Amino acid sequence: MNIYLPIAEISVNMFLLLGMGGAVGFLSGMFGVGGGFMMTPLLIFIGVPPTVAVATGANQIVASSVSGVIAHTRRKNVDFKMGFMLLIGGVVGSTSGVWIFTALTALGQIDLVIKLAYVLFLSVIGSLMFIESARALWRKRCGYNLSGNAHKRKDHSGWQHKLPFKMRFRRSKLYISALLPLSVGFVVGILVAIMGVGGGFIIVPAMIYLLGMPTSVVIGTSLFQIIFVTANVTILQSTSNQTVDIVLTLLLLIGGVIGAQFGARAGMKLQGEQLRVLLAVMVLSVCLKLGFDLIVTPDDLFNVGLPGGH
Amino acid sequence: MHLVRLTSAFLSLFVTSLCLNDARAQSTNEIVAALDDHVVAIDTSFSGSKVLLFGATEGEGDVIVVVRGPSRDEVVRKKDRIMGVWANNEEVTFSGTPVFYNIATSATLTEMVPASTRQRLELGPDYLNSYLASNSRDIGDAKKEEFWAALLRNKKNNGLYASEAAQVKFLGKRLFRADFFFPPNIPIGTYLVYVYLVKDKDVVSSQITPLFVSKIGAEAKIYDFAHRHSFAYGIIAVIIALAAGWVASVVFRKK
Repeated sequence: MNIYLPIAEISVNMFLLLGMGGAVGFLSGMFGVGGGFMMTPLLIFIGVPPTVAVATGANQIVASSVSGVIAHTRRKNVDFKMGFMLLIGGVVGSTSGVWIFTALTALGQIDLVIKLAYVLFLSVIGSLMFIESARALWRKRCGYNLSGNAHKRKDHSGWQHKLPFKMRFRRSKLYISALLPLSVGFVVGILVAIMGVGGGFIIVPAMIYLLGMPTSVVIGTSLFQIIFVTANVTILQSTSNQTVDIVLTLLLLIGGVIGAQFGARAGMKLQGEQLRVLLAVMVLSVCLKLGFDLIVTPDDLFNVGLPGGH
Repeated sequence: MHLVRLTSAFLSLFVTSLCLNDARAQSTNEIVAALDDHVVAIDTSFSGSKVLLFGATEGEGDVIVVVRGPSRDEVVRKKDRIMGVWANNEEVTFSGTPVFYNIATSATLTEMVPASTRQRLELGPDYLNSYLASNSRDIGDAKKEEFWAALLRNKKNNGLYASEAAQVKFLGKRLFRADFFFPPNIPIGTYLVYVYLVKDKDVVSSQITPLFVSKIGAEAKIYDFAHRHSFAYGIIAVIIALAAGWVASVVFRKK
């Protein structure tokens, strides 16, 4: 059954969209990842204009982050003060990101930049994940116990600690410069706007290794700020580019919610390292496909669009 | 009798040549045509649509039907390999290009009318006039031709321009019909259907009928709202997502 998407202006099979939402939801439930970095490329593959895919992706992540934050708030795993700092940076960053997005659209370069950003980030994340999980699998086979690999305590001599505007973050047990979370939020905000991802895959490592936050509060806090940043992107993209497709969002959400439930259950039954190798392989293959399309000579070197890129 | 026919032919010729674009000419025309539906409605289940045109001619002759979409500016971009990847590089803007162009004929077009007529009436996508937009005026003829050819090729591949003329089928000697397909990617707007009667290699009569391609129902409301009240649309999109997330968390909690 085909459905005509009002903003994307294409006719797509409804069950394909529900299935895609379900598959990505399944993966995000299983691996505990947001899934935005899988969803946007998939939408592009089925013919949704990249600009619509990115803006709609951001809208969808609002929903998945909300349910995550509610669960983490109950367990008191959200550092609201830190989250607030990240989100100020994030709102400024994503606002600049949407501005960059609009400017690139007018130049006719936005599709390329979106794809390049994906190739870059997916290849780095995919490789790191693959190496890390393959190594863990290998060690396990050799009989090492890895259960106690807590993150290293930050020493207080690094450059991060020489910055001004120090603030105390009680929930994270940190006394660091406010500039750190502000700038982390800013960089991730730009990515949210241009790639239509939550940015969890960047902000989580940054919070652990750069800010030195305890792992327990990292996920909840990052989700908290992702809600606001993706909401900001949704509103700004709607206002300046009219690229948020509500019907597409809803279809993906329905599939995603159901998929995530099954995914979470499946994730508990299966082995973590093997799953992560699998995820890494999938991320890398999406990345390869996108990269291949950019390098291989297109059938037609010319393309036609409207002035301003809509 | 002979005299009457002659005068009427002369009259219609006269009227046609005077006001080719005037719908009032219909009453004295030697050709009449109508669409089975004046609206191509894009609703949630839209996956392309067929429109049937039927009509009758007075006396024998050949028929050409042209469906032309509204005109707008189109940018043609050419990709070049930049640092290993294919990126849009040069661009040319054409103005007044029809978004959609389809043509049906009852015989081979090249045998029906001379090239001058095809050019004048823009019969067939290859005879469309190309106009450069003001920001692209300074390019050379060769480049213009290259980019224009690319535009035609692209539009044909997307199904928005006819690759070749479709058939106008005659039922008997005077009644004719033509089927047009409008693909799912069709732009909205007011389209014009031109019907020409050809006798002795000359267009002797014509008629123009409008055809509206528009979004209807929920499609139209969402699209309109997104463009007219884009800020409110963004807020609503966020609220829907927040609500959906909350519902999902309630479901999760029960498990």
